[in-house]
Amino acid sequence: VSAAPATIHAVGRLSRIPLSALAAASLVLVTTALIFVFYVAPNDDPVHGLGFGQRIFYFHVSIALTAYACFGCGAWQALRHLWKRDPRADLQSYVCVHQGTIFGAMVLLTGSIWAKYSWGHWWVWSEDELVLFLILYLFYCAYFMLRFSVDPGPQRANLSAVYALFGVVLIPVSFAAIRLAKEFLHPRVFTLSGPRFGGWILVTYCVAQVAMLVLAYTLYRIEIAGKRLDLRLRDLKEVLA
Amino acid sequence: MLLFVLSALTILHFAVPRGTSHTAALGLLWTALVFTALLGLTRAFVPEREQHTMDALVMAPCDRSAIWLAKSLATLTFLAAAEVVALPLYALFFHHVGGATVLAVALADLGICAVGTFLGAMAVVTRARDLLLPLLFLPLAIPIVVGAVGASVAHAPGKYLAFLALYDALFAVVCWGSFEYVVSE
Repeated sequence: VSAAPATIHAVGRLSRIPLSALAAASLVLVTTALIFVFYVAPNDDPVHGLGFGQRIFYFHVSIALTAYACFGCGAWQALRHLWKRDPRADLQSYVCVHQGTIFGAMVLLTGSIWAKYSWGHWWVWSEDELVLFLILYLFYCAYFMLRFSVDPGPQRANLSAVYALFGVVLIPVSFAAIRLAKEFLHPRVFTLSGPRFGGWILVTYCVAQVAMLVLAYTLYRIEIAGKRLDLRLRDLKEVLA
Repeated sequence: MLLFVLSALTILHFAVPRGTSHTAALGLLWTALVFTALLGLTRAFVPEREQHTMDALVMAPCDRSAIWLAKSLATLTFLAAAEVVALPLYALFFHHVGGATVLAVALADLGICAVGTFLGAMAVVTRARDLLLPLLFLPLAIPIVVGAVGASVAHAPGKYLAFLALYDALFAVVCWGSFEYVVSE
C-alpha cells in the first residue's frame, strides 16, 4: 500500500521535466550509445567468435527490455484506471501500449537482421525472443483493433484496460510455451550464450539501455501531449458548436 | 459445430497426403478443434445481443462474473459434445487417439472456453463483432495449442498437461476477476 503513492509521486515528478530537456537528453544519449557501440565496445569475443555483427545486440536487447517496460507500464496504468478510476490513466495506458508496439516492431526488425547475420535466414523459429515478440505483436495489434471498434467512452476505457492486463499475463505464459514448444519442434537448440558481461561490454549495454528508455519516455511524452491537445481541441469545438 | 468439425476432418483427410506422419495428423486435429471452438465462441453472446437481455443479466443481484462462468460452462458443453463425436471420427479416419490426447483435449477445452467466452463478451459490444473475436482470441490460444500438441505427441506428456492446467487456472482467475469491467460501465 505504501509503495503505490510513492510510485505515483515519482511519475508525477518525472512528468514535470520539460519536453525539450528530454528531447535533448535522448539525442545526447542515443548518440553516445552509438559511439560506444561502434567505437568503444570490443569487436571480437574470443570464446564465441562473434564478429562485428554482434554489436546489434546492444540495441536488440535494450529495445526488447524497453518494449517490456512499455507494456508493463501500460498494464500498470490500466490497473490504475480500473482500480483508482484515474481519469488520465486510460490515455496513458493506450500511449504506453502504442510505444511498446513500436519498440516491439523494432525488436522484430533487429532480431531478424541478427538472424540473417548469424544463421543466414531472416526468420529463425528457434530464437525465443523473436517468436515471443511475434505473439505479443499479434496480441497488441488486436488491442488497437479492439480499441478502435468501440466508441470513445467509459466502456472503451474498460475494455482496453482489461485487454492490456491480459497482455502482462500472456508474456510469461507465452515465454513458457515457446520454451516447451522447442522440445517438440526443434530438438536442436542453438545456444547463443552472448559475450561475457563485464568491462566495456557492460558499460556500453547500460548506456544503450538508458538511451532507449529515455527515448521511449520522450516519445511517450510527445505522443501524450499531442493526444491531450487533440482532446482539448475537440472539447473546445463542442463548446463553440 | 458438429457439422463443422465433421467437414473439417473430411477436408483434412484430403489435405493430408498418404504417408504423412501420425504427428502431423495430430497437429491438424488440433487446428480443427481450435477453429471449431472459435465457431462456437462467436455464437456465445449472439442471443444476448439480438434480444437485448444482457442488461437484465447485468442487473441481476449476483456477482457479474457468474455470467461469465455460466456462459463458459454452456460453451464447454457444446464443445465437449462436438468433440465426443470428433475424436472417434478422427480415430476412424486417421489414427488411434491416446489417453494423453483425450486429457489434453479436456484441459484445453477449459482454457479455450474460459478465455474465449471472456473475449466473446468483449467482442460483442464492438462494431466489428464476429470479425474481432478470432483476432483477439488466436494470440491467446497459441500457448494452449503448444501445450495440447505437446501433450499429444510427446513421450512424456506430464509437463505439457501441467502447463495446460496452469494456463487454465491462471486465466480463469484473471477472467473471473475482471469480467465485471467488461459488462459494466
